[in-house]
Amino acid sequence: MKRAFVTSLALILTLVAVGLPSAPAGAEVRIDITRGNIEPLPIAIPEFFGLNQQEGELGRQIADVVQANLVNSGLFRAIDRAAFNQDSKSLAVRPRFDSWRKIDAQALVSGKVTVEADGRVTVEFRLWDVFAAEHMLGRRYSADSVNWRRVAHVVSDAIYKRITGEDGYFDSQIVYVAKSGPKDNRTHRLAIMDQDGAGHRFLTDGSSLVVKPRFSPARKEIVYLDFYNNTPRVYLFNLETGRREVLGPFNGMTFSPRFSPDGNRVVLTYEERGNSEIYVMDLRTRQSTRLTNDPSIDTSPSFSADGQRIVFESDRGGSQQIYVMNADGSNQHRISFGEGRYGTPVWSPRGDLIAFTKILQGQFYIGVMRPDGTGERLLVQGYHNEGPTWSPNGRVLMYYRETRGDDATTFLYSIDVTGYNERRIPTPGLAADPAWSPLNR
Amino acid sequence: MRLKVIALLAAATLVAACSTNEEEAVATNDTGSTQAAQPAPPPPPPAPSGPAEGSIEQFMQVAGDRVFFAYDSSELSAQAQSTLDAQASWLAAFPAVTITVEGHADERGTDDYNLALSARRAAAARDYLIARGISAGRIETLPLGESRPVATGSNEASWAQNRRSVTVLTAGYSS
Repeated sequence: MKRAFVTSLALILTLVAVGLPSAPAGAEVRIDITRGNIEPLPIAIPEFFGLNQQEGELGRQIADVVQANLVNSGLFRAIDRAAFNQDSKSLAVRPRFDSWRKIDAQALVSGKVTVEADGRVTVEFRLWDVFAAEHMLGRRYSADSVNWRRVAHVVSDAIYKRITGEDGYFDSQIVYVAKSGPKDNRTHRLAIMDQDGAGHRFLTDGSSLVVKPRFSPARKEIVYLDFYNNTPRVYLFNLETGRREVLGPFNGMTFSPRFSPDGNRVVLTYEERGNSEIYVMDLRTRQSTRLTNDPSIDTSPSFSADGQRIVFESDRGGSQQIYVMNADGSNQHRISFGEGRYGTPVWSPRGDLIAFTKILQGQFYIGVMRPDGTGERLLVQGYHNEGPTWSPNGRVLMYYRETRGDDATTFLYSIDVTGYNERRIPTPGLAADPAWSPLNR
Repeated sequence: MRLKVIALLAAATLVAACSTNEEEAVATNDTGSTQAAQPAPPPPPPAPSGPAEGSIEQFMQVAGDRVFFAYDSSELSAQAQSTLDAQASWLAAFPAVTITVEGHADERGTDDYNLALSARRAAAARDYLIARGISAGRIETLPLGESRPVATGSNEASWAQNRRSVTVLTAGYSS
């Protein structure tokens, strides 16, 4: 077992609210993200100001990352910097709102970067409502300069939250299965990257088949299925130490693991003599408890956000469908009643929806329904779309899409839960089984 | 004598050419050539055609390593049972052989379900072999879901080949 890498989550972000009064709520710049297909908000994000070349370069990179994040959310439209009539230095003093109104910017971000003598970087930014000529938000962050991307993501999340009223999702990561080689002899490697594809790293060397990694709530560990030594078992992988261990004393295949929201338990499937049942294991006592007891296939469990319930799939009724039970296994009941087969259910971190894969007449869909099974909406259709995972704020779904035939490809995509803004997520090669991390706290 | 040796070697070459077991044929005649004072030995019996006893090749020839399943099914068809009967007979004749029964699924399902379905298929084949007298201790199972297709097309002909269990000999066979 090769130690792949050690993440540096030890970023110390110090946050200081910058002392300017916020505008009163009312007729201010605001986006309602519960509506689909909204007109993106025009926003101007000049390069953050820096006094020397190093600070200026960092200021440009940070502004670029913030702009890419906000544009990729589908909620913002970036105004071309060539149209700007006020430079960053002057902007750092005070915006000339007239000149920003002329180019139809509704929101404006001004920022400043300072590199300290000890190498740390201080990033200060302000968000402005251009038409009201008012200050909306001001923050200052300090971090090791190698973590400038993290700072840019935190700035993006702050802007997103101020304008939409919802938490952002930019300071987050994706773990997934990177694939290479021909379709009948693929190599599978666990890989991790920032949500925008930056900082890509492989976690395993490809010597064994790996399937469906999932983050712990604290983002320090993942659970996944590894076929190491032709023995398919769920493993716990510590991202900080690179250490791996088999989870549990199970004497058969274990698969489809997920953490509970408190991180103390892992729910998984244990296959014994061809029968798959759902178990929950307490990570502190290592005791496991069987939750289902049925000769059918019971698998793909996912905790509700409050940890009280578990959604899963079963073919006990004759075909693959979605069921919900209490976290102790009681009150198992079916919630999917539409046409076709339903699988891979996953509870939204907001608690309001369950996302799933649906198979109907040879087509694979990504959809959502309420936890009682009502309100089904299908967001994506195609030859093979599978395995949705929620953004930390429950507003975006990521999944993977395979194409047909001998030269089939598989890549990651995201789409807003409203059904708009489908985007391909950049990966260095073929990709499947994405899992979105919680937001860093 | 020299001529005789050459003649014998020529015969050896001829026999070898007709045989699928060249080494054995040559060895027989090499022995003959060292005993040239004696009358020439009778022509060697024809080497057995086909693969060696207890080999993977023989298992493939007399039984076949795989059986196929219908869509979303782990039910053993009559043809699948016939293949497994032949596997069981062969395994009964070579009791040192141990096996892993792999389960596989086509690409038209979700991954977790396909893992579970491929486990069902492997278990169905395993249970059948046990019912035919093969000791459970000789059989491992390995569900692989849809991760290892043999046919890469996206059509029913390919999917039908991929919905399979494969009996892999892991130890105790002849090479």
